[in-house]
Amino acid sequence: MALDRSDVEKIAHLARLAVSPADCDRYALDLTNILDLVAQMDAVDTTGVEPMAHPLHMTQRLRPDHATEPNQRDRFQAIAPQTEAGLYLVPKVIE
Amino acid sequence: MHDQTMTELAAGLRVGTFSSRELTRHYLERIARLNPALNAFITVAAETALAAAALADQAIAAGTAGALTGIPIAHKDIFCTAGLRTSCGSRMLDTFIAPYDATVVERLAAAGAVVLGKTNMDEFAMGSSNETSWYGPVKNPWDETRVPGGSSGGSAAAVAARLCAAATGTDTGGSIRQPAALCGITGIKPTYGRCSRWGMIAFASSLDQAGPMARTAADAALLLQAMAGFDPRDSTSMDTPVPDYVAGLNADLTGLRIGLPKEYFGTGLDERIEASIQAAIREYERQGATVVEIGLPNSPLSVPVYYVVAPAECSSNLARFDGVRYGHRCADPKDLEDLYKRSRAEGFGAEVQRRIMIGTYVLSAGYYDAYYLKAQKGRHLIADDFRRAFEQVDVIMGPTSPTTAFPIGAKMDDPVAMYLNDIYTIAANLAGLPGISIPVAAVDGLPVGLQIVGNYFDEGRLLNVAHRLQRETDWHLGVPVGFE
Repeated sequence: MALDRSDVEKIAHLARLAVSPADCDRYALDLTNILDLVAQMDAVDTTGVEPMAHPLHMTQRLRPDHATEPNQRDRFQAIAPQTEAGLYLVPKVIE
Repeated sequence: MHDQTMTELAAGLRVGTFSSRELTRHYLERIARLNPALNAFITVAAETALAAAALADQAIAAGTAGALTGIPIAHKDIFCTAGLRTSCGSRMLDTFIAPYDATVVERLAAAGAVVLGKTNMDEFAMGSSNETSWYGPVKNPWDETRVPGGSSGGSAAAVAARLCAAATGTDTGGSIRQPAALCGITGIKPTYGRCSRWGMIAFASSLDQAGPMARTAADAALLLQAMAGFDPRDSTSMDTPVPDYVAGLNADLTGLRIGLPKEYFGTGLDERIEASIQAAIREYERQGATVVEIGLPNSPLSVPVYYVVAPAECSSNLARFDGVRYGHRCADPKDLEDLYKRSRAEGFGAEVQRRIMIGTYVLSAGYYDAYYLKAQKGRHLIADDFRRAFEQVDVIMGPTSPTTAFPIGAKMDDPVAMYLNDIYTIAANLAGLPGISIPVAAVDGLPVGLQIVGNYFDEGRLLNVAHRLQRETDWHLGVPVGFE
């Protein structure tokens, strides 16, 4: 599966990564090589095999629906790049 | 003092041969003197370490000391430590100070361990050479022109160079075992779910597992004893009793059935490494073990399947780094999309971006069945191979890594060549099985690791089997020149 620079631009947008035009060709080559490696799995017939999501086939553990954590908003916001009045600040989204 | 194992250090502290403050100062002095050449530490926490050591000395005097009280260790910089920077080897988290401790950190602190600092690592644990770190590569103490392995390369180098008594690591595709092999130390990746992942920065959540990196299997047993166990804060933590690992170390090996997968001894394996592994297996036969040839026919699937599953989970886990709540934020974003895209492109290095893009691609609309679903089915076949093997044998042995430590820079331009370093270690992660690497030889002065894979929750047996070899051989006692 050969990817070209327009594929890389599309993937980078989906992943929200500002890949510079200068890096696109290099990433296209690297990603193509990795996908060639991945394609080796196509040699194995997996018809009828159950997909495995968890090594021990564990199901999600449930707990009673009550609050277990105290509110630590101030501590968590202390490490944020920009906050105001308990809110995270980002560039204006709606004009 | 640094030439002693943790077991010996604990005894020295208990009888008062030295205090934890003396021991901690001694390691801090070694770090100050020897770390600049190795770059094994990202952050050294001298002040808090000495304060913890003073408390440890009080506990020892009061007779309330635990198994690890006063012993100086280091944490891989992937474990959150309250008040002490946790960078994950990334510019993204260069200034990140976690508001809480990881469960593993909390448990080791409760057992009395003193934290000297945080060790270098491949960025977000993505790498096999410790060269993808934002803080620069770690040098292998056995040859400073070579890599220590990765991603827990800083922990492995620090333990091998005697800059700490032991360290924590994490293993998603070999990141404890491969650097342990390349640096000549003992490293165990427990069963998936054995140690809590809470507070351990996530890379691939169905594969990530924490474990100890130490000089000997006995030391690894002491550490794992404190690290392992159920944690309600980790939804995949297993509620399975933790046996007494130390008590089981000396169990006799008569009748132990060792499986040798024919797929692990073929093309691509250095002949001298193969001979070293065979020599270790002969020692086990001498101790009463029997050897059975087994097949793991789906082994060739491991690397391809892993490079779908791990990047897919990585792209999802790393979506949280958005420049909004914590971590790196770009300057002067013109809108929200620009904020996300530039913060992430500036914060992540090339290997992390490659893996995020592969993961994004394989999970994108129209490709899911061909990649992710196919990989999950392949994963099942790999796990089934092991299930069948463990009907015939107790442990599986083979090389940890196809080569010894390679030169810095040798594989950085070829991601696929780098990925193939983990050809023998990845399958255990995909199946969720425990594995240990112990040093069993040196080739051209560089350590060779023997990998022992066990059945689910059979860490005790792995430590026992490793310890029995270390009782009869001295490979684990080797010290790199300049670090004696």
